[in-house]
Amino acid sequence: MIVLDRVTKNYNNKSPALKKISLKINAKEFVVIIGKSGAGKTTLLRLLTREERQTSGKIVVGGIDYDKLKDRNIPMLRRRIGVVFQDFKLLPNKNVYENVAFALEIVGKTNAQIKKTVPRVLEIVGLTGKEKSMPAQLSGGERQRVAIARSIARQPKILIADEPTGNLDPKNAWDIIKVLEKINKYGTTVLLTTHNQEIVNKIKRRVITLKDGQVVGDHAKAEYKHT
Amino acid sequence: MVKLLEITLKRSINTRNMKISMTFGRILKNGIQNFLRNITLAVAAIAVMTITLTTILILIITNATLNNTISQINNKIDISVYLKDSITVQQKDTLLTQLKNLSEVKSVKYISKDQALAIYEAQNAGNKTIQSATTALGINPIPATINITPITPNQLEGIKQFLDEPSVVALQATNSSYSGALQTAINKIAKTTRLLREIGLISIIVFGTTSVLIIFNTIRMTIFNRRDEIQTMRLLGASTWYIKGPYVVENIIYGILSATISLAFVEIMFTTISNSLQASSFGLLDISYSQYYFKHNFFYMLLVIFSIGIIIGAGSALVATRRYLKYKTKR
Repeated sequence: MIVLDRVTKNYNNKSPALKKISLKINAKEFVVIIGKSGAGKTTLLRLLTREERQTSGKIVVGGIDYDKLKDRNIPMLRRRIGVVFQDFKLLPNKNVYENVAFALEIVGKTNAQIKKTVPRVLEIVGLTGKEKSMPAQLSGGERQRVAIARSIARQPKILIADEPTGNLDPKNAWDIIKVLEKINKYGTTVLLTTHNQEIVNKIKRRVITLKDGQVVGDHAKAEYKHT
Repeated sequence: MVKLLEITLKRSINTRNMKISMTFGRILKNGIQNFLRNITLAVAAIAVMTITLTTILILIITNATLNNTISQINNKIDISVYLKDSITVQQKDTLLTQLKNLSEVKSVKYISKDQALAIYEAQNAGNKTIQSATTALGINPIPATINITPITPNQLEGIKQFLDEPSVVALQATNSSYSGALQTAINKIAKTTRLLREIGLISIIVFGTTSVLIIFNTIRMTIFNRRDEIQTMRLLGASTWYIKGPYVVENIIYGILSATISLAFVEIMFTTISNSLQASSFGLLDISYSQYYFKHNFFYMLLVIFSIGIIIGAGSALVATRRYLKYKTKR
């Protein structure tokens, strides 16, 4: 379960990126977070991965209170959360296979386990046959899929996807969403941020709307409304 | 029950050891892979490291050669004390003991009247006038001599002070060799050699520090180029050592390769010079000695250059990655 209690985030004395946000997301939920650029979507996700620290308020994820989290335990937290970054963040010197394998290496999986898991997740995201390609040789959509494969390989309890369809054509975008739905079905909590109206309307999941750093809407099975 | 506990404990230790060796193997593999996949960056870093390591190597050899030349000059500097014919054996022995006990004195050598004459005659073997003069005199005109070698030429003054004490002056036939124009000349040499030694030491410190800074900066630049990669690994939950390790390995490889190239370069340089110049010397630098020093201290050089390459390489990687691994603490 993810709980945010009156969370505020200020960057360098400018107007706050998030203003006293309170949210509760249950385990195994699929939540879509929408809002314009600068509404605070990415900030919210960055707080959850402890990339940033909240200025005030309380964040508890899976029983872990972020205020009590010591620096040396941050890697442990991040290993439990899968993240698909807006800019993919693939390791440029590693090929597709190695990028996915890396996520498993750092949690101490054996070579045998890695050999079994990587081809399976690459198949899920439709990248079989691209194992040896370097990130620079891939298209935007393919890179996005590698990023997703990497984030799901560890079967995280929570998956955060920041605009995973942002750079994709409708077909690829929809494929990615289907992958996320599949993962959610297996029990992973999914947090998805998007601009894509069509996707929001089609998947009919809980939609949280952010505007100027505040929650202006939180509806179950909602459709996209202009904010 | 105890046995079961022991087995469980053993198993958990075994699993831990296996995990450690697996992680170590992966760090090593990732380091080598990074090196091979960033070959252009590696070539640039190795080039800079090779140049600086070669500079250090040449500096060490130059300094040793300079010191050798200085020692050779210093060994030639001594004081001769000429004794009166009238002094007793006891007086002579006392003087010798007193001289030996002086802290500035390295060695003392007594030359009897007969030995001194023999040396004098040998030195003037070609000069018939001198030879006939000494024979014609019928007596030995050459005084017994004590040769005093100082520890360093800078310490001649202390010895001189002792020799100028009235009780010691009374034993001497004439002024010691360390007086007049010779004294001035020796003092000049002593001053120059001391200055040269200081210059050698200072240049080692200055060039050494500069080299370390240049290598550190080069590695910092290569790691700066890959800061996004480090931050990504951090976001994925990699531990500090799992991220740093491959960079350390990569830079150790740079260090080993650079050290090998610079040693090979110096070896080739000496071979070429000795072939073309036939061991000549440039002023105070005896090239043949440099070559001798390099050959005879090869393992010492190997150790020094490899240590510098590896330690600075690994150390720089550790320091340079640190700033990209920090967690944000600002609220």
